[in-house]
Amino acid sequence: MADRFDMLLDVRNVIRMRIFFLAGAGSLALAGATMVHSARCPAQAPGTPAVISPLGGVQAQVASPFGAPAQRSGLNIVVLDPAHGGTDPGARGTGGIRESEIVLDLATQVRRALELTGFQVVLTRQGNENPSFDDRSAIANAQRGAVFVTLHISSTGLPGTVRVYVNSDLAAVTEANGLIPWDRAQTPFLGLSKKFGDLVQGMLVQRFKGSPDTALTAAVRQLRTTAAPAIAVEISSIVVEDRAELDRMAPGVADAIARGAAAFKPSYVVANVPGTLP
Amino acid sequence: MTPRWKFMVIAGLIFVVLGAAIYFPILRRRVKRAARLQQQSEEQARRELAQPITVNPGDPRVRTKLYWASDAMDSTLVPVTVELPLANDPVLRSKQVLNTLLAGPVDAELRTLPPDAVLLAFYLLPDGTGIADFSEALATSVPSGIASEQMAVDSIARTLEANVPQVRRLKILIHGQEAETLAGHLDLKGAFVVTTKPAAIPAKPTVAAAGAEKAPATAPAAASAKLTPDKAPGKLAQPDRKP
Repeated sequence: MADRFDMLLDVRNVIRMRIFFLAGAGSLALAGATMVHSARCPAQAPGTPAVISPLGGVQAQVASPFGAPAQRSGLNIVVLDPAHGGTDPGARGTGGIRESEIVLDLATQVRRALELTGFQVVLTRQGNENPSFDDRSAIANAQRGAVFVTLHISSTGLPGTVRVYVNSDLAAVTEANGLIPWDRAQTPFLGLSKKFGDLVQGMLVQRFKGSPDTALTAAVRQLRTTAAPAIAVEISSIVVEDRAELDRMAPGVADAIARGAAAFKPSYVVANVPGTLP
Repeated sequence: MTPRWKFMVIAGLIFVVLGAAIYFPILRRRVKRAARLQQQSEEQARRELAQPITVNPGDPRVRTKLYWASDAMDSTLVPVTVELPLANDPVLRSKQVLNTLLAGPVDAELRTLPPDAVLLAFYLLPDGTGIADFSEALATSVPSGIASEQMAVDSIARTLEANVPQVRRLKILIHGQEAETLAGHLDLKGAFVVTTKPAAIPAKPTVAAAGAEKAPATAPAAASAKLTPDKAPGKLAQPDRKP
């Protein structure tokens, strides 16, 4: 029997669906107003590398109860999130420049740098649309062996500097039933996110003097629901007189993210059994 | 139909289309203005309903720490000490210090909260969670960005921590509603940790030295109070995600 199978769940009658990850048991549970599903595979030994549960739309791939022991593979996907878009322009400069447009262009350069480094890149938006926070997180949560990078331009701060943020400490990850709510999907990844963030910030400070030496923490909404090592990169700032000043920073930022991801790769070994979390 | 009638019908249609093209933007502006006015009047009503902050001149004058930006280009906070008559009641005291914080420092560039933002209400739950309800302007006028939004929330949390020991966590509402983010970045779903120190009986406020320069407690007066930067920039408060 194959060590995994695809399961199609018809959730048309579910008004509100919550998705949980069951830590350490190779499980994925979907709970809705009219249904509760849970599928399990044998629990993994403590210290087993991180596994991201793949979800894609209404398709959920779960481990077989008869599955073979986990095989390891490496980090190979970077989900890039150009923030804002559509009716949400983000920060706006006096010259009419918009954060949503600049980060989209920046994402193209970051993508190129990452692909040259050997990563597969998935963008949360390709044009001027504005997916919800959850939709953006879902793109990352549907990947296995991915990291998530959300790109921002600030309204404040010393121009020419770049800060990396990881999510602030969150409360206990598991509820009484051992499930991890979607609302706190980032919790098990905070340590990995911090390591990834520090590596990228370390690369950035070499190029952009005045930037912090290590990643900062903040309650970034986008990161909270992301079940992967996740960072926010924020460039200062939108108040520059000429957009070209920000465009000139793009290659350096792209290179730093690519080199940071490459440096982080050995730290993030991903098992091939979906469902478990670090 | 005769050519003359055809001409009149076409001319009439062109006239109607032109009229609509001119009138439609005016109509749209009027609808927008009406919606804005309605929103403003709702907020005005909330402000009127909110308890007025009573300032008792007999209250002891207290050295109050307010957290504003250390530098216009920096995202760190620095405490500034102001002498204010503060109430002992934690809710009233919270309102007084937050209103002074909203009034801003002498140097407007160092302010952390928008000048048009208003504290509509403040509640304190028995578990020490302070609920601060701000007007819409806090979300719409704060500079968009992770750093600026974090600094805004942090200045509120640190100011409460320094002056109202009963407040242990901070929940921010916008116009009476729970908001997903402050201005597109900072997560407002959870409560922010104000202090992790064990709960203690409220300490007696420190009475300022006799004859000290009188500093009114209301927002506009804060700018005239004596401001004294006293120590290094503060650290950012961490949010709490407890269910």
